[in-house]
Amino acid sequence: MTELATYNFAYLDEQTKRMIRRAILKAIAIPGYQVPFASREMPMPYGWGTGGVQVTAAIIGPNDTLKVIDQGADDTTNAVSIRAFFQKVSSVRVTTKTTEATIIQTRHRIPETALQTGQTLVYQVPIPEPLRFLEPRETETRKMHALEEYGLMHVKLYEDIARHGHIATTYAYPVKVEGRYVMDPSPTPKFDNPKMHRSPALQLFGAGREKRIYAIPPYTEVVSLDFEDHPFEIQTFSEPCALCGARGSYLDEVILDDKGGSMFVCSDTDFCEDRQSEGHQGHLSANPAQADTHAAGVEK
Amino acid sequence: MSDMPLLRVNAVSKFYGSRIGCQNVSFELWPGEVLAVVGESGSGKTTLLDCLATRLAPSTGSVEYRMRDGQFRDLYRMSEAERRFLMRTDWGFVHQNPADGLRMTVSAGANVGERLMAVGDRHYGNIRAAAADWLGRVEIAADRIDDQPRAFSGGMRQRLQIARNLVTNPRLVFMDEPTGGLDVSVQARLLDLLRGLVSDLGLAAIVVTHDLAVARLLSHRMMVMKDGRIVETGLTDRVLDDPQAPYTQLLVSSILQV
Amino acid sequence: MPTPLVVSDVAKSFTMHLRDGVRLPVVANVSFSIKSGECAVLGGPSGAGKSSILKMVYGNYAVDNGQIIVPYRDKLIDVAGADPRTMIGIRRDMIGYVSQFLRTVPRVSALDVVAEPLVARGVDRTDARHKAAALLTELNLPERLWSLPPATFSGGEQQRVNIARGFITDHPILLLDEPTASLDLQNRDVVVSMIQRKKDEGIAMLGIFHDQDVREAVADRIIDVTAFAVPNGAAA
Repeated sequence: MTELATYNFAYLDEQTKRMIRRAILKAIAIPGYQVPFASREMPMPYGWGTGGVQVTAAIIGPNDTLKVIDQGADDTTNAVSIRAFFQKVSSVRVTTKTTEATIIQTRHRIPETALQTGQTLVYQVPIPEPLRFLEPRETETRKMHALEEYGLMHVKLYEDIARHGHIATTYAYPVKVEGRYVMDPSPTPKFDNPKMHRSPALQLFGAGREKRIYAIPPYTEVVSLDFEDHPFEIQTFSEPCALCGARGSYLDEVILDDKGGSMFVCSDTDFCEDRQSEGHQGHLSANPAQADTHAAGVEK
Repeated sequence: MSDMPLLRVNAVSKFYGSRIGCQNVSFELWPGEVLAVVGESGSGKTTLLDCLATRLAPSTGSVEYRMRDGQFRDLYRMSEAERRFLMRTDWGFVHQNPADGLRMTVSAGANVGERLMAVGDRHYGNIRAAAADWLGRVEIAADRIDDQPRAFSGGMRQRLQIARNLVTNPRLVFMDEPTGGLDVSVQARLLDLLRGLVSDLGLAAIVVTHDLAVARLLSHRMMVMKDGRIVETGLTDRVLDDPQAPYTQLLVSSILQV
Repeated sequence: MPTPLVVSDVAKSFTMHLRDGVRLPVVANVSFSIKSGECAVLGGPSGAGKSSILKMVYGNYAVDNGQIIVPYRDKLIDVAGADPRTMIGIRRDMIGYVSQFLRTVPRVSALDVVAEPLVARGVDRTDARHKAAALLTELNLPERLWSLPPATFSGGEQQRVNIARGFITDHPILLLDEPTASLDLQNRDVVVSMIQRKKDEGIAMLGIFHDQDVREAVADRIIDVTAFAVPNGAAA
């Protein structure tokens, strides 16, 4: 770790971290409100989690344990490189275990294992403004937030039902925080929305390109928007995880071959591995012969 | 007609630096009354409309509106939140260009339903039923409810804009050249529709137009503006049939006879 | 109200601002009154100002000076100085007007055109249509035309729609501007009997009739408009 001396702890200089911490404090004080901050150039392109990385850099200390996930997985490129980055610039402990981490930086998922008091979940956010696609003017959307004019948000849901017969928004599903601000939960699947509600963990959201930070303090009301006659519902899966047999976790489809064969597995790799080590099995994990017959069955 | 005016306009002026937008305009508007403001481009009629509709703060003067509780409130002493709430519940604003008043990328049904959702309606079925009802009233076929206004003709867009404004049963509607830019036959249909809706719903309306035929068909009362000032007011047919001010005579004599 | 309309000392001129402000005097010192149940006819050659007087009474023309007094809501109102809102009320409740030409409204059926003044006064639409139908029947307008907008009707048909529309209400004052101009003999007689009925109901009427027969049949009194002529140059 000779390189460490050439970097400030956690890469950012102290003034910048102080500026970001101020924004975070304000965000925590006004749950769901987007606080502008002077987002810095980071040694990675926009869209790769520069907002999340800056938030993490501003709050991480030598005693923290960091976990980084991308779409639920610890071993994808984005997660691996951000984890390596913080190892290099702060030499903190890193982990893939949800229960061991004090800070979890995430792209597009919330871990299946319930978070605990003292843990902080840092979201990478591409577009923080939930009203953006309906009202492109930032001046106008800020005013709409200020005056709690959120009718437009339901216009989007109305459009979904009119077009698809149900609310077809499946990710970045808008929520109302503590009865006040409507917030974009980042492109997490709506499956994860209920996990935000009254979570004991602190949830921080960083949007680097858009220069916004927002937060959900522990135990905050987070309600997904809906209609009385079309209430909010999360996705359900018809089959359990092919590897650990879990039901009720969020599954990704994994393509197995070029003949249309696929399997559904937990997107949260840590959760899935934990279950497998506890002896849980899915239909593709135990007996290869069995798996083959099933895959053949799927192919048709 | 009620015994109190709906809108009281007192000595409203708007200056752009040393240029006059409109000067010293006072009048009252009563429930169910349609007032036409006519004049050529640059006469200050749109400036006046914007001052009344809280889209532009006047330099001096006051605009008072009688709220549903019967109390008069000075529009420019209200909070912005109250003004905007008024604007999307008790008022309507029909723009000349429908694209300014519609969301072009959401469906017709959602365009009409937006105001209902904005005031807290959270029942999809009810919202859709109200939208369908209003599309019918502005003569848009029921099967167009899920189409975007981008796919509509100019006349249909304007009718959709009207439905979008009227769905919350406003008491006062502002219209800025509502038939401008439409074919004559389309204009006639729209005017006729507006006329019917205004009288059926007992709406008060302020219609800004340079088209005297529109003023004659829609309005009870007329205000003629020139260089930011009112040069003549009166019953619409009186102003048109026996114009007094030199400028009004010029306007009336300039109408092309068909 | 035995004398619902009193016109006193009314003068009218047109100032033509587009022609260097030249003033064209029309009438001056117009004074007359009309009793309930009376039909007074304005007489005199064309250009004498008959129509102008009618239009002043209806508030359609401005009045230079003088008074036109009409009772309205327990008060006497001077039409010459009434604000537009009062005038709208007076037209709804007090003064009816049958003009020479029908100002057609696109897409509204003949029946509804006729029924409209009653609906505006708060009468139920179905009742108003019944009454409209009765009047159109009396005026021999073929029933197949009732549901059509009158824009495409012949002059005589439009005129009859117009008359029905003017006669449907019970305005205490009725102004008639050549209502029989384009009617055939048979329908002219119908109108004459309708005017007679209005008289019996106590309606005060002021009219212009160029048709000698009709005038003699309905006029209780001729008001000679030439008496109100402005002496040459006096008004300038």
